[in-house]
Amino acid sequence: MLVGVLALMVGVLTFAALFANMALDGIGRLSWDFFTNFPSRRPAQAGILSAWVGSTLVMLTTAFFAVPLGVASGIYLEEYAAKSWVTDIIEINITNLAGVPSIVYGLLALGLFVYQFGLGQSILAAGLTLALLILPVVIVATREAIRSIPQGIREGAYALGATQWQVSKDHIIPYSMPGILTGVIIGMARAIGETAPIITIGALTFIAFLPPAPLKAEAPFVSFDWLFSPFTVMPIQMFNWTSRPEAAFHQNAAAAGFVLVLMTLAMNALAIWLRYRLRKGIEW
Amino acid sequence: MSAVAPGLATSTVLQGSDSLRLSRRRSRVVRERVIESVLFLAALVSVFTTVGIVYILVKESVVFFQHVSLVSFLTDRQWTPLFDDAHFGIMVLLSGTLTSSAVALMIAIPLGTVIAIYLSEFAPFKLREVAKPFLELLGGVPTIVYGYFALVFVTPLLQRIYPDLPGFNLLAAGIVMGIMIIPYVSSISEDAMRAVPMSLREGSYAMGATRFQTATRVVVPAAFSGIASAYILGISRAVGETMILAIAAGMQPNLTFNPLEPAATITAYIVQVALGDLPHGSVGYQTIFAAGLTLMLFTLACNIAGHALRKRFRESY
Repeated sequence: MLVGVLALMVGVLTFAALFANMALDGIGRLSWDFFTNFPSRRPAQAGILSAWVGSTLVMLTTAFFAVPLGVASGIYLEEYAAKSWVTDIIEINITNLAGVPSIVYGLLALGLFVYQFGLGQSILAAGLTLALLILPVVIVATREAIRSIPQGIREGAYALGATQWQVSKDHIIPYSMPGILTGVIIGMARAIGETAPIITIGALTFIAFLPPAPLKAEAPFVSFDWLFSPFTVMPIQMFNWTSRPEAAFHQNAAAAGFVLVLMTLAMNALAIWLRYRLRKGIEW
Repeated sequence: MSAVAPGLATSTVLQGSDSLRLSRRRSRVVRERVIESVLFLAALVSVFTTVGIVYILVKESVVFFQHVSLVSFLTDRQWTPLFDDAHFGIMVLLSGTLTSSAVALMIAIPLGTVIAIYLSEFAPFKLREVAKPFLELLGGVPTIVYGYFALVFVTPLLQRIYPDLPGFNLLAAGIVMGIMIIPYVSSISEDAMRAVPMSLREGSYAMGATRFQTATRVVVPAAFSGIASAYILGISRAVGETMILAIAAGMQPNLTFNPLEPAATITAYIVQVALGDLPHGSVGYQTIFAAGLTLMLFTLACNIAGHALRKRFRESY
């Protein structure tokens, strides 16, 4: 009994130490300039502008690929798939993929996206890599959400003459939305902190420019050049600063880590809250 | 769907609105079929991912093993792929991976199990409702942040106990990695223990067992298959962990099983090579795929072992 409390305390204390240590080291560097400056050789002037812009763009790309693919796979496996060896293979495969180390995804991306598809060290390559990485998370969350919808809803819709797709589109997807959203947020929180696969595809650690803007003054007004731009992301910026010997750069690393932890904590907390609401609020 | 065939056959004799209705129905059936195929293709993406991983790793490794024999890869006691006198002994990197994983598991397995038993069998409801999400948050912290923590907080702390401890070492990295893995171990073990039916506990209490005896001698053995798979997941997490080791354990290949020394792991080596700019197609470039293949085989073995354990020890109620 007491041992249990103690063991739990180890987790709590570590987390507190980690958070306090980072906050104490980094808080002095947190200012408006820190968010609007590029990285620099002088630690006091270095900032995370290119890192947070890069992270945002990579996350957008990841979500663009992972959410439709994951939701579609989940719907197929729950609503359409007949029990066959193909379905079995897909299911076993998803379970296995969830256990593959993230750096192996990095190697896949290096061999396939960067060299065979010729995408180079671009935002698109990174976004695709992270999308594949979080795909199992999104699929599993979608399936769980769909599975909790009572059979009566489907039968009612079929009785009124709806087709299978109409049932999925008008009933299954809307009702499973909060569950899917929870899974997507947890997946994105994981993707935003992933460092290893992005280092493996060869993202640069020192970027002092922004990708081309997505909006232009002249027609056609939108440009997708940013997809092919070199980039850096928050965790890589932090890694770069951590691996330098000067203590002043460690302060920057702490500040960047603090921002990163706050972001992932906020996302996870949102997901946990959503799930809590979900468990309480639903009455079929 | 089988209604289409007779509809097609008779549609020529039907007139006016009937044929319109039939053609609309046919287009609806076609659309349903198209949508089903699209969804199926989406589900296949995950299979293609696995195929892609295996293809890339094997393809590059095959080229690598044309330069380096499998025997020397497995038995050479040096790992110096970038020197003129190149040696490719994966044993060196494997020793770092195994040592750091062992340290991590010595932290994660006891603590994770105790937390799981406590939360499942002893903790009041309120505490459990708070503790579970909190542990999830702990698992959601980016590993790069844990790496920073290991380097600038845990290592100096350990240096007070062992003043000779180098700045990079497997011990600090392993300890922090263990703490990172606790949530994975505890949450799956707890789910397994909570799935044990109440009647087993009631039976045990009826025999006069205490709460502690019930937990350790009835609930834990009954949930063993789930707990074992939690451990296996912990092992494969530890083996595949990258950033904590790349930051806190150093990148110097070192054949050692002493956690007080710095040593590179398989994952840290891949990061190190990716950070430099090795030309595409060089032997150095191919080493990371051979290293990755080793890693992949190791985690695959873990997954299979976990599956076998679960089958062998599954208790049926």
